[in-house]
Amino acid sequence: MSPIIALLLTFAADSPTLPPPAATEIDFARDVAPVLKRNCQGCHGAAMQQSGFRLDDGVAALKGGYGGAVILPGKSAESPLVHRVAGVKGVPVMPPAGRRLTAIEVGILRAWIDQGAKFPAVTLSEAKRPKLNHWAFEPITAPALPPVKNSAWVRSPMDAFVLAKLEGKKIAPSPEADRRTLLRRLSWDLVGLPPTVEDIAAFQADTRPDAYERQVDRLLALPQFGEKWARGWLDQARYADSDGYEKDWVRPYAFRWRDWVINAINQDLPFNRFTIEQLAGDLLPSPTVEQRVATGFARNTLTNREGGIDDAQFRFESTLDRANTVSTVFLGLSMGCAQCHDHKYDPISQRDYYSLFAFFDNAEEVDIDAPRAGELGPWLKGRAEYQAKREKILAEYKVAELQAAWEKDILYTIAHPGERTDWDLAWDCVNKLTEGGDGGKIVRIPLEKRTPRERDILTDHFVKNYAFAVGNKRYKELKFDVATKQLAQLKVDYPQLTQAMVIAENAQRHPTYLRVRGDYKTNGIEVAPTTPAVLPALAKTGPLTRLDLAEWLVSDENPLTARVAANRIWQELFGTGLVKTSDDFGTRADKPEYPELLTWLADDFRRHGWSRKQLIRGIVLSATYRQASLARPELHEIDPENQLLARQVRLRLTAEQIRDGALAASGLLAKTIGGPSIRPPMPAGVMELSYASRGWGEAWKVSEGEDRYRRGLYIQFLRTSPYPQLMTFDAPKSTAAQCKRDRSNTPLQALNLLNDPVFVEAAQALAVAAVTQPADQRLEWAYRRALGRAPSARESARMSAYFTEQQRLLADDAKAQAALAPYVPPSATRLETATWTGMASVLLNLEEFITRE
Amino acid sequence: MQDERHFLETHLRRDFLRRGLTGIGTLALSSLLAAESRTEAPDPLVPRKPHFAPKAKNVIFLFQEGAPSQMDLFDPKPALEKWHGQSLPPEMTRDLKLAFIKPTAKVLASPRKFAKYGQVGMELSDMIPAMAKHADDICLVRSMHSEAFNHHPGQLLLFSGSMIGGRPSMGSWVTYGLGSETRNLPAFVALQSGPGTSAGSDLWSNGFLPSLYQGTVLRTGGDPILYLGNPDGISRESQRARLDALRDLNQERQDNTGDLEIASRIHSYELAYRMQMAGPEATDLSQESPATIEAYGINQKESRAYGTNLLMARRLVERGVRFVLCMHSGWDMHSGINAALPKLCAQTDQASAALLTDLKQRGLLDETLVVWGGEFGRTPMSEIRRPDEAGNAGRDHHPNGYSIWLAGGGIKTGQVIGETDELGLTITKDKIDIHDLQATILHLLGLEHTQLTYRHFGRNFRLTDVSGNLVKQLIT
Repeated sequence: MSPIIALLLTFAADSPTLPPPAATEIDFARDVAPVLKRNCQGCHGAAMQQSGFRLDDGVAALKGGYGGAVILPGKSAESPLVHRVAGVKGVPVMPPAGRRLTAIEVGILRAWIDQGAKFPAVTLSEAKRPKLNHWAFEPITAPALPPVKNSAWVRSPMDAFVLAKLEGKKIAPSPEADRRTLLRRLSWDLVGLPPTVEDIAAFQADTRPDAYERQVDRLLALPQFGEKWARGWLDQARYADSDGYEKDWVRPYAFRWRDWVINAINQDLPFNRFTIEQLAGDLLPSPTVEQRVATGFARNTLTNREGGIDDAQFRFESTLDRANTVSTVFLGLSMGCAQCHDHKYDPISQRDYYSLFAFFDNAEEVDIDAPRAGELGPWLKGRAEYQAKREKILAEYKVAELQAAWEKDILYTIAHPGERTDWDLAWDCVNKLTEGGDGGKIVRIPLEKRTPRERDILTDHFVKNYAFAVGNKRYKELKFDVATKQLAQLKVDYPQLTQAMVIAENAQRHPTYLRVRGDYKTNGIEVAPTTPAVLPALAKTGPLTRLDLAEWLVSDENPLTARVAANRIWQELFGTGLVKTSDDFGTRADKPEYPELLTWLADDFRRHGWSRKQLIRGIVLSATYRQASLARPELHEIDPENQLLARQVRLRLTAEQIRDGALAASGLLAKTIGGPSIRPPMPAGVMELSYASRGWGEAWKVSEGEDRYRRGLYIQFLRTSPYPQLMTFDAPKSTAAQCKRDRSNTPLQALNLLNDPVFVEAAQALAVAAVTQPADQRLEWAYRRALGRAPSARESARMSAYFTEQQRLLADDAKAQAALAPYVPPSATRLETATWTGMASVLLNLEEFITRE
Repeated sequence: MQDERHFLETHLRRDFLRRGLTGIGTLALSSLLAAESRTEAPDPLVPRKPHFAPKAKNVIFLFQEGAPSQMDLFDPKPALEKWHGQSLPPEMTRDLKLAFIKPTAKVLASPRKFAKYGQVGMELSDMIPAMAKHADDICLVRSMHSEAFNHHPGQLLLFSGSMIGGRPSMGSWVTYGLGSETRNLPAFVALQSGPGTSAGSDLWSNGFLPSLYQGTVLRTGGDPILYLGNPDGISRESQRARLDALRDLNQERQDNTGDLEIASRIHSYELAYRMQMAGPEATDLSQESPATIEAYGINQKESRAYGTNLLMARRLVERGVRFVLCMHSGWDMHSGINAALPKLCAQTDQASAALLTDLKQRGLLDETLVVWGGEFGRTPMSEIRRPDEAGNAGRDHHPNGYSIWLAGGGIKTGQVIGETDELGLTITKDKIDIHDLQATILHLLGLEHTQLTYRHFGRNFRLTDVSGNLVKQLIT
């Protein structure tokens, strides 16, 4: 016990605020039980155990609550229970509302505690939590298929569930969509891009009975499949290319994990392995670099490197975020409420929450060399020369000796805070401004024990930030500003290895505590890593690791993971999950229309070795999926949200798909897969609204060449200054797991599609391509390019009328023509081309163009 | 003409629709009516009834980013002179949450002269002479308390109710709660002067609310709203021709698919078209008198940016914009505060005062809540980053007992709420937490903070998180 606490306790014991103990022999049943029952057991009894504390059970009562023991037998004056009911200043008073205990009642409790706090034997049994009946917690076993009348409609067992319900309600399913619509839908859903004109023509001409299956398999095998399905996973994993707080440092190597996801999905890494490697790849026996890269999942958490922050707070927040993300993404349970108290609605206690938290509490953030294909050779070749040049620069500016002295001063400052304010700041900067933020750790490691990478990081920091310690004048005298530039240039001139942000287990495990009221500074009881009590227990005993947690998530006994994952895949293919709240499978979530269908899917998913591609293939081959998406007014009333699935749905495309679609239709899209994030032109003024623009972060250097035209998935996502088009079309903010996207409809979206230079450029490119066609075929050609179909007669007439009008408006305006048609192919006039830019713009703005039908 | 059209479009439009009247007003209006009279998905931005009668309709939040120093502006602490240059005893500094300095840091007295202003006799510093004339028009709070002591978490707490990102900002909550009074302009507008803020787009983020509640940045250069202007070569006539074709083709698609969402899309394009007209009009300061321009300090270099934004704010509120967030950064004075503070005050004081005068003259102050404040305050002790440079002293972050002021709709003005101790270390009277402030702002708008909720992650979230008490003293 610390002296201060001892002092406080003594103070409390002598405090006049505590009523004296009753001077009689106490009988529990006669004297104590009525007091406890009347005042305490409403919240600390059989039905509810606030703060994990119950008074109806002797064993449990003596153990205490989340804050630790509250009854100290023989020591009533030191017992927190007495302090609370007596209303000692500085502790929360109990009961928190209503009548307070009288001095006599407090005296009875004191006497009882002083006499040993004996409970009668009958209460000495720990009651179990009541078992819960909730469909999503039931084991996953293949449900029987319901009988149907129209068995010819059924293409897949999953159709039986839908058809049986529809037949029961006397609703006919919608007819199958036409081939063009089907292939466009499939392409958007499987690879996130529209089919080409040739793809559609080939499918329409294919008379083989398995023509549709062939299209499905063709698309599943495309590398763009990984890009499309990675995006949904990135949403859930709160992927971003920056730290998220204040200076919002760019994470130049975050993409390495994104590439891992794309590859894993393209290779159809089974979802159970996909889970294990991301949560605990580092704990697998002899993990490969790729398996360690996978743990970057945990590194997508936000990082605060603002000066002066309490590191303990943000370490705590990161760990919370990891626990919350795993809970939401894999279990479909929002456990965040239990950070502060037992969950009000779902059977998750605060202890459960911190037990899950404990799995991540021992994880360290580390950055490792993770070379991409082809990087290692050139790096090795240039290494010696690079090192020599680097050493030369360091020697020229006498870095080694200055750094040694600086380190000594920094270590002194750590031990003597407040003595020299400039050095206090310099020390804070070591923590915050080093690459990866590990400077504080490195500076404490003796020089000879540092890895080469650690040495380089600290030296780079020193040369760059020495001014914090010695001031700008001295810094300039030393020409460290020049040295900084030279060192940076060297890194550009010689190949560097790609890094990966990963996690690793700290060799020295420190205990994890429940935090009372969720406050990171208030430790409660110690907790060990354990899975939530309401779910089937982990078979293993002994200290549990992240690997155990990951294996438990994908074990046969776990009722949630497969359901949750299958539901999200369904959501991608129908716009809405079978469980609408795809982030909440708890007891308050709406009961789904088709729980058996979801259980069937989950079972099927696991039977097929957790193959994502198999599950997707199965769903898109179903008759349910192939239905037309046309509205059915007769169903508006009874099924406004299409929960019965008597049709498919029309869905506004995602932010990335809208961009990709415009680039694809105009022929501008570059299809390179993977690699560092790209920076398409960003409108002036956007970056300037963030702190990063004050010269701390990296400016938005616009990408060159084909990088400007790559898929939206690769756009560098800076959390405090996100790319506007992504935000306007509902891309996630990437602060927490997001399991479903909004599909809003706003005037700003119209302005974006009409006037954003990216879309104007796409319209210009489409126009140039259109006018190279014979004049009488241009309209049909452009329609096919944009929408995969020919225009109807009415549409042709309307477009022609617009063409005439637009041409008239441009006819005498050479400047406007030049702006709209900067390039004119030999087959057309500038006026025609400029007019066609308008035509193309109309096509790219059509509701149909940004809709998957 | 402008006012008439504005009135028509914002107030009578719905009545026309209800009564089925068409063919009234300008061409744009009639085409809008045509679009709107068709069946379509419900518009989530229609004005909604508040929970009870509001005292204010709109908010102008003058966010002073970086944390202004209360003891140099609003909360005189003559006792600091006694301690100037000395460290405070440890028992006095034990509970401070400090970002950079240590508890032993030496006290820095304020060189500012304070005097009493207004009938109320409000003590204010000589740094803010223009605002001082409005002492009776504001309610000064000297007892603000924040849980956060770093900028980004502090700004998140102030505007989203949580130190952790991802929640909707105040303006988004208000828009979600009340809808929009204007269909020509965004309901929630953000304006920035000075360099970028720590929290960046989090300050106007819709968080987990649908993105139509996101704040729209009104830009100072180029298009006032991103992508508002037509591309080079597209005239207003060409734009109309494009949109007419789009509307007819989209209508064709709706007839073929039966999807009501298409009508909403058509509507959005018409709104965008009107925004293209209304945006430049709203931001065209040439319509303002030279006297007004002068009053806001727009003619002076140092106050131009902030003054322009505040005048814009008034124009936006006039046109039905619900929530205007004016952000001015530069208050984070860790070093050289005695040189930096006069600069920031010269940038802002005159325009803040002019805004109150202007709103009052136009009868808008009664329905507009004006809030001035930062994410926290500054320490009575000095921060010295460069001991070798004279005049380098600044102040660190101090979340316990800082000052803000409020004015306008529903605020009981001409009073000072709260007190801090003689050194400004702690609050001694009427502590007001961030969540209390938020609850009170919502209350003034007719919204009960515990009822303005949104379901996300299986739980109902609100701006005030799990706390917040109405500050009755603030309200008339």
